[in-house]
Amino acid sequence: MILAFVEQAGGRPDRSSLEALTFARRLAAGMGVPLGAVLFGADAAAAATELGAYGVGSAWVVEHADLDSYAPAAWGRSVAGLVGVASPSIVLAAGTDRGHEVLAYAAAMVDAPMAANCLEIRPGDSFEVTRQRWGGSLLEDASLAGPVRFVTIAEHATQPQDVPTPLVVKVESFRPSLAESDLRVRVVARVAPEVGKVSLADARVVVGGGRGVGGSEAFSELEELAGLLHGAVGVSRVVTSAGWRPHSQQVGQTGTRIAPDIYIACGISGAIQHIVGCKAAKAILVINTDPEAPIMSRAAYAVIGDLHAVVPAISAEIRRRQAS
Amino acid sequence: MNILVCVKRVPETGGRVSLSADGREIDTRYLGFTVSPHEECATEEAVRLIEANGGSSTVLTLGPETAADQLRAALAIGIDRAILLETDGQDWDPVSTAAAIVAAVRAEAAAGVTYDLLLMGNEAADSGDFQVGIRVALALGLPCINGVKSLEVRDGVATARREAGGGWEVFQVPLPAVVAVREGINLPRYPSVPGRLRAKKKEIERFVPEGRGTGVAAGSSGPAGPDKIRLRLPAETEGRVEILGSGADAAPAVVDLLERIGVLSA
Ligand SMILES: Cc1cc2nc3c(=O)[nH]c(=O)nc-3n(C[C@H](O)[C@H](O)[C@H](O)COP(=O)(O)OP(=O)(O)OC[C@H]3O[C@@H](n4cnc5c(N)ncnc54)[C@H](O)[C@@H]3O)c2cc1C
Ligand SMILES: Nc1ncnc2c1ncn2[C@@H]1O[C@H](COP(=O)(O)O)[C@@H](O)[C@H]1O
Repeated sequence: MILAFVEQAGGRPDRSSLEALTFARRLAAGMGVPLGAVLFGADAAAAATELGAYGVGSAWVVEHADLDSYAPAAWGRSVAGLVGVASPSIVLAAGTDRGHEVLAYAAAMVDAPMAANCLEIRPGDSFEVTRQRWGGSLLEDASLAGPVRFVTIAEHATQPQDVPTPLVVKVESFRPSLAESDLRVRVVARVAPEVGKVSLADARVVVGGGRGVGGSEAFSELEELAGLLHGAVGVSRVVTSAGWRPHSQQVGQTGTRIAPDIYIACGISGAIQHIVGCKAAKAILVINTDPEAPIMSRAAYAVIGDLHAVVPAISAEIRRRQAS
Repeated sequence: MNILVCVKRVPETGGRVSLSADGREIDTRYLGFTVSPHEECATEEAVRLIEANGGSSTVLTLGPETAADQLRAALAIGIDRAILLETDGQDWDPVSTAAAIVAAVRAEAAAGVTYDLLLMGNEAADSGDFQVGIRVALALGLPCINGVKSLEVRDGVATARREAGGGWEVFQVPLPAVVAVREGINLPRYPSVPGRLRAKKKEIERFVPEGRGTGVAAGSSGPAGPDKIRLRLPAETEGRVEILGSGADAAPAVVDLLERIGVLSA
């Protein structure tokens, strides 16, 4: 069996878990083994029944008075416990915060290695994976040992796809045996998202600024353009390190990943750590004085020139057309 | 309080990456080195906590002799001690890395130095294994919080927040604990000139980790890994860039484009 840790909220499986299940289903079919799932939290049973559409035949819903709120070590202990019950050859999760965390605990608890952010799995005697390094700008082929292989699946690499004839999911409850120390780390409070802001991750237009912007005041030029396009401002790490803009606006490996219809990258050279954050943009428009900047090879469109001249001119042209 | 920060030396790649002839490493002949931004922030957080609470901070790395540079960078912003677990330059997998860190922490304890807080990056910049902190915490019997973007320590309790679904999740654990942080938790300071000078003079405590030469530490009871076979550059779809013009004169062409792709309602 392949056992998948599935994240859910309000009885609906998360999109990244459905990506991972789609990946897992194809892998399970190739190996000729069934696909099972493990879920936590209130409404887990409702989410479990939906998984038949993704090829899951059996699901375990973890029941424990203290586990409805997220507790990484205890959730990991539960998955490790299920390994003894379901005897999977592969335990898998989406490459999310919780996916990485729960699987790393479970793997460590059963003394197995874990490979994070896999894109391909080649099962067999020498079990091989292809995984992401450097946030996805480099790939690694690696072998993974152990009677049970723990892997997380890179997000956004597989389209979720349901099966023509859904399976009927056999849902069982599972009572883990936990040590007291497993419950030390738990979510004790939540702060709801701010409403009404265009979030960088979801914006349809992002106007990006890098070292070429030259200082914090000049960002008003980019903000004006972003405002006219109902978009958000994103920045490079040089900008946040200099304190010109907050880290919440950073795009890249250690910042936010964006996927707008267009990314207007102004005064940004295109370091690989920045590119992994914006490569999901449908198009990149570069504004740069240097026609040889590495980002040019990623761009669909470019304007060669000083952003301090080009960006205000674009805003002025938009206003002119809106007024006429 | 005593704090240990763990950092990893990685090449500072720019816009293009090339691989060594055997395909196992990044070609670093023309590159500088650094640590992950997450780990820079972990280091800054350690310095701030010690400034506020008193005590002592130590930075540790498992890496080649040259990783002393990254330890000195931490000393330059105010870390007190530096420990180098010196490898022969081979990469260590996350299971073995965790085992080596655990052995070092135990050796420190045997010498009378115990840590209230172990600070890590959320993931290493190069290998991105997302697990060393958790493995270290489990082996040492400590609680571990990952992905932390705000940390408060008061009366022996750490309160930490991480981003979740656009909002925040709040965790609370008693010390000692392992906390893995993300960039954005603070804005690291630049080293001062006196700081650099002090760092240059400080002694770096060097140890040979058990298992050197094999790249696999003793002390873990299961298999280590994952075992790197080779690196590959992802396939690029090198499109052709369309030059819309130069300077302010290009503005009408840009706005035509924005209208065409439908992000500007005319
Ligand atoms: C582990 C790691 C993680 C990292 N994570 C991130 C991350 O998440 N996000 C990130 O962005 N970086 C990240 N970095 C840093 C990254 O490597 C680069 O240093 C950074 O992205 C460079 O920023 P930049 O393009 O603004 O600056 P530069 O590389 O200095 O480029 C400036 C560009 O501006 C152009 N320019 C200058 N003046 C003008 C002008 N007047 N008009 C138009 N163009 C002009 C120049 O031609 C040049 O192309 C990370 C690095 C490491 C090692
Ligand atoms: N070689 C190393 N030396 C010291 N600390 C390390 C090393 N490798 C990983 N770490 C620490 O563990 C964190 C997570 O690494 P990883 O699990 O490999 O993604 C890093 O951000 C570091 O804080």
